[in-house]
Amino acid sequence: MSQKLEVKLTVNGRDYVLSLEPRWTLADVLREHCGLTGTHLGCEHGVCGACTVMIDGQAVRSCLMFAVQAQGKAIVTVEGLAGPGGELHPLQQAFIDHHALQCGFCTPGFLMLAHATLLESPDIDDEALIDILASNLCRCTGYKNILAAVKTAAAVMKARRRQP
Amino acid sequence: MKPAPFDYHAARTVEEAVALLAEYADRDGRIIAGGQSFVPMMAFRLARPSHVIDINGIAALGRLAVEGEVLRIGAVVRHAALETLGCAGVLGRLLSQMARLIAHKPIRNRGTFCGSIVNADPAAEWCLAAVTLGAEIVAQSVREIRVLGADGFFTGAMTTTLAPDELVTECRIPLLRDGTRFGFDEVSRRAGDFAMAAALATYRVEDGRIVEPRIGVGGVEPCPKRIAAAEARLAGAAPDHRLFAAAASEAAAAVEPMDDGEASRGYRQRLVRAVVTRALERSLS
Amino acid sequence: MTGASVTAFEKGKTRVFGRSVSRIEDLPLVTGRGRYVADLDFPRQIHMRVVRSEEAHGRIVAIRLDAARAVPGVVAVWTHADIAGLPPIDFRDPAAEALKPYRQPLLAKGVVRYVGEPVAVVLAESPYVAEDAAELVAVEVEALPPLLDAAAPPAAFAPGLSTEALELSQEYGDVAAAFREAHCIVEAELSIGRHSGVPMECRGAIGRYDAAYDVLELWGAAKVPHRNREALARFFGRPSSSVQLHECHVGGGFGIRGELYPEDFLVCAASMRLGCPVKWIEDRREHLIAANHSRQQHHRVRAAVDAEGRILALEDAIFLDQGAYVRTHGARVLDLTLAMLPGPYRVPAFRAVGHFRLTNKTPAATYRAPGRYEGTFVRERLLDAIAARLGLDGVAIRRRNLIASNEMPYARQLTANGHPIILDSGDYAGLLRAALEAFGWEETEARLRERRAAGEFVGAGLSFFLEKSGQGPSDSALVSVDSGGFVEVVTGGASLGQGFETAMAQICAETLGVDYRRVRVVHGQTDRIRFGIGAHASRATVMTGGAVHAAASEVRRKALAQASVLLQAPADELDIVEGRVVRRDAPMGASISLGELSRASGPGRDGAGNGMPGLYSESWFHTEGMAFPYGVHIAVVRVDRATGQVAVERYFVATDVGRAVNPMMVEGQIAGGVVQGLGGALYEEFRYDAAGQPLSATFAAYLMPTMREAPKVEVLIAEDAPSPNNPLGIKGVGEGGCTGAGAAIASAIDAAIGRPGAVTALPATPERVLSLLEAARR
Repeated sequence: MSQKLEVKLTVNGRDYVLSLEPRWTLADVLREHCGLTGTHLGCEHGVCGACTVMIDGQAVRSCLMFAVQAQGKAIVTVEGLAGPGGELHPLQQAFIDHHALQCGFCTPGFLMLAHATLLESPDIDDEALIDILASNLCRCTGYKNILAAVKTAAAVMKARRRQP
Repeated sequence: MKPAPFDYHAARTVEEAVALLAEYADRDGRIIAGGQSFVPMMAFRLARPSHVIDINGIAALGRLAVEGEVLRIGAVVRHAALETLGCAGVLGRLLSQMARLIAHKPIRNRGTFCGSIVNADPAAEWCLAAVTLGAEIVAQSVREIRVLGADGFFTGAMTTTLAPDELVTECRIPLLRDGTRFGFDEVSRRAGDFAMAAALATYRVEDGRIVEPRIGVGGVEPCPKRIAAAEARLAGAAPDHRLFAAAASEAAAAVEPMDDGEASRGYRQRLVRAVVTRALERSLS
Repeated sequence: MTGASVTAFEKGKTRVFGRSVSRIEDLPLVTGRGRYVADLDFPRQIHMRVVRSEEAHGRIVAIRLDAARAVPGVVAVWTHADIAGLPPIDFRDPAAEALKPYRQPLLAKGVVRYVGEPVAVVLAESPYVAEDAAELVAVEVEALPPLLDAAAPPAAFAPGLSTEALELSQEYGDVAAAFREAHCIVEAELSIGRHSGVPMECRGAIGRYDAAYDVLELWGAAKVPHRNREALARFFGRPSSSVQLHECHVGGGFGIRGELYPEDFLVCAASMRLGCPVKWIEDRREHLIAANHSRQQHHRVRAAVDAEGRILALEDAIFLDQGAYVRTHGARVLDLTLAMLPGPYRVPAFRAVGHFRLTNKTPAATYRAPGRYEGTFVRERLLDAIAARLGLDGVAIRRRNLIASNEMPYARQLTANGHPIILDSGDYAGLLRAALEAFGWEETEARLRERRAAGEFVGAGLSFFLEKSGQGPSDSALVSVDSGGFVEVVTGGASLGQGFETAMAQICAETLGVDYRRVRVVHGQTDRIRFGIGAHASRATVMTGGAVHAAASEVRRKALAQASVLLQAPADELDIVEGRVVRRDAPMGASISLGELSRASGPGRDGAGNGMPGLYSESWFHTEGMAFPYGVHIAVVRVDRATGQVAVERYFVATDVGRAVNPMMVEGQIAGGVVQGLGGALYEEFRYDAAGQPLSATFAAYLMPTMREAPKVEVLIAEDAPSPNNPLGIKGVGEGGCTGAGAAIASAIDAAIGRPGAVTALPATPERVLSLLEAARR
């Protein structure tokens, strides 16, 4: 019988106490044990980025980390992006407005990647932004609307910071 | 693509980690640091450790500091830490430039310098840097602490002289003197892909002449290596485009490239000429 | 050009049709509340893991299952022996009898024919346990030599059966005479690499058998749920009314997803036999070796031309690498390649012979623009070669050969899927002119010439594509208005992420006079509507849209007839605005809402009359002809002289879509299609080693473009030539973004390295381009 460990995960501000096999990836545990299926599995070897979540403020591939390793860290998934009343995050609104998604499968990963990026570098320039957004794969949009959406969201967030 | 079962051990100290490693090494106990190469191997079940010893919780291994004339990079220092400037001076800038070409940002947020050295991928930027810059690798076990030169550490694609019970606790890179010029270039199919060829060049100029030239090439042979013939061509000469082209030709002649389906031997040979030329050209800017 | 029947929504006078409104699909998808098949669980479900062949070709000597069966949590392990009563996977449409022996069994029967072929399945309590046990299944295979080249002489598939399963040909005109009398003959040998759709979501299926009601459910359906219901019912010998398919959110399809594969049948069979739901979620390595590949073709093509560059005849021999089995499509890709090869040009005489050949690779089938991506590459390469031979430029040669607008409708003496190709409408030369102007062709060429003179390897290339869409003959839809005035549209269409719901809602809302956000669109649920064409071959917007328009029109007619009594005005003096019926001459006056009308006319109400009660209609749309979209791709590339790497500096597409339902979504289809097309042109290829081992079975080795490689695609949407074959004038837009990309990129690389005709094979990898560049400089 495989080893099981009791682990407390903090996801979107909520604690989950779980009994986990060490080999279960963070992505699988978010999906199967926390019921947060917005984090998608597109390749399970760290290339496509559909499983990107934010851990302690940084974008991370949740398929390349075991859930037991995420204990004590602040995990944010796409389900934690909108406000408490359900109001959309500027990134979510911009993705809708710019038609930055078609099938939507890569969308949570792109949102979390962009979210972490804009938190870290609110004034990021286009070339650096493209370098970072090139981390994830999308098969539907041809990318240009994703870039436009993230740039719009960055501008909206900046404007919001200016008017407290 | 689910990893095979294993037991998990979160080590709190280096001593605990090497003790666990001593206990489990012969049952394929393995260290996990960033896991950005190791976990995919486990997902494909190409690696199936029975015990995984996690060193991410060992605070001492997160150290990134200059001591004397050496940059010391602890075993859980992420690529991202070097990207944002691991240290002041030329070496910090050089590592920062190289770091930006390692995979993608989310991978750099997790993957570690030392992990990359231990993984020993022929195309890894850090393996090339270690060999070219004369890094030292500190390997600790319950038996001893060894300090290994990067030159000779890599024995083939994905293989090193590290013993199964040894933990790399840090890598040490000599600082580069002020005024050292450097250039790095790599060619990959897409942004973030492993390089089909990469080159790192450093040298200083004294009285208009090149001194202490180093030219390293990675992604071409199973291990990165310095190209003595190219360095010899540079040493004592005035840096200019024609000289760089000649050095690049020496480098292309001095490699025996792999043929892995992604790029043929002949193509890689031509890429070596291209990346060495560009690395040297960049040293001028 | 506007046909008499194209009267539906007058341009410039629509409220929501033709407008770039945001999508009704998006909210759950940006908040992580979508439900893809992997997100769905049923009580007591178990998980299936497929054991796949590790050999490209060989005889199965033994399969040892004991160790796998002994793993705690394993419910069952099956090989072919356990399902021997089940037939191989049939073709969706009637196909040539000759193809039948090449169909794929659910699990390998005595022989393995490609790496990735299902050999056994493990059914277990969790995906992790299933994978642990699957590793312990020992398959002993006696290796046989693999066949990996479809252009090589055929071998034996089985005793008495050649690996050339079929030879297809189409021809018209006097080809021999044309070649005899030609001013010159231009030949080319061209090939397209093996690549495929590779959606971001891997495949998945859940089989669930409800013994209480004797209903078999398949969750995770896509693309053609109704067609697949019929296929599953036939396969299991069940009434089709006892088989229900359910689509979840679908993470991209591109032609490859939603066909019935072995795994779909296996989860159904297992759920019936084991009495619990059976879930299978494909992993990425499996996807890259098991889901349909596509595109790999080799062409030996030639044209007879006159002194002015006019094509007199076209002749082609095609070798299609089908992979190891013939799947649900039969030989459709080959048929479409032949049928669409002449494209938008006048070709007085034509002969093409297609060799449909099996190899020991993953089976192949349709991928976005099947046969057209390949054929457009071949034809446009040939046009470039003709231009080079006669000293013409690429624009002039095309102008000289394009079919003129006054020749429409143009009967091409060829058939696609057995349907005659009659080009419905188009002003090809007009669009070419508009494209060159919008792109700035002359100025760009001048600037590129300067840059080339300064030593850069830069160039522009163009291709003209002809697509097909909207193949009939029929589709249906149900439209109903509830007592709250909300509208439900039930279709047999399917959503793969392309915006189907929004497009249908826009058509319905425009017709009915309601807010499109009050329209719910059902798709992909076989228990909601009897028939459906799904979403493939750029058919959904044309066909299902036509049916939605017909049903909404009927509901509108009913509403106005009822309101005419209540508002005491003739129906033709009434309009529906924002869900309320008003008098046209007094829009602010007395009104009645659709909800009220629905309530008033519901079943059980007095005065519902003898007709169908309620605001409800099931209507059909029928059409004989197809709609043929067309367009121009222009690429500007820069070749790195030292590495052969190609960077796409600019990419432009002009396309005539008849009428655009939602221009924003049309642009999205084009831009996405271009980047996929670009993938096949420059990066993506399923490579194999000499033993038939796949070398592109990870995302680190199968190279799809990232944002860094993707150009910002510029799109010119033209509506010059609405299709006369449907009342909305629509032409499908799903594929044209992809179709012309290989051809345009190849042409641009030629221009950049100054060697016309240099690129003869896709993908144009850096290594290939560098050797072309070095040859050009020699």
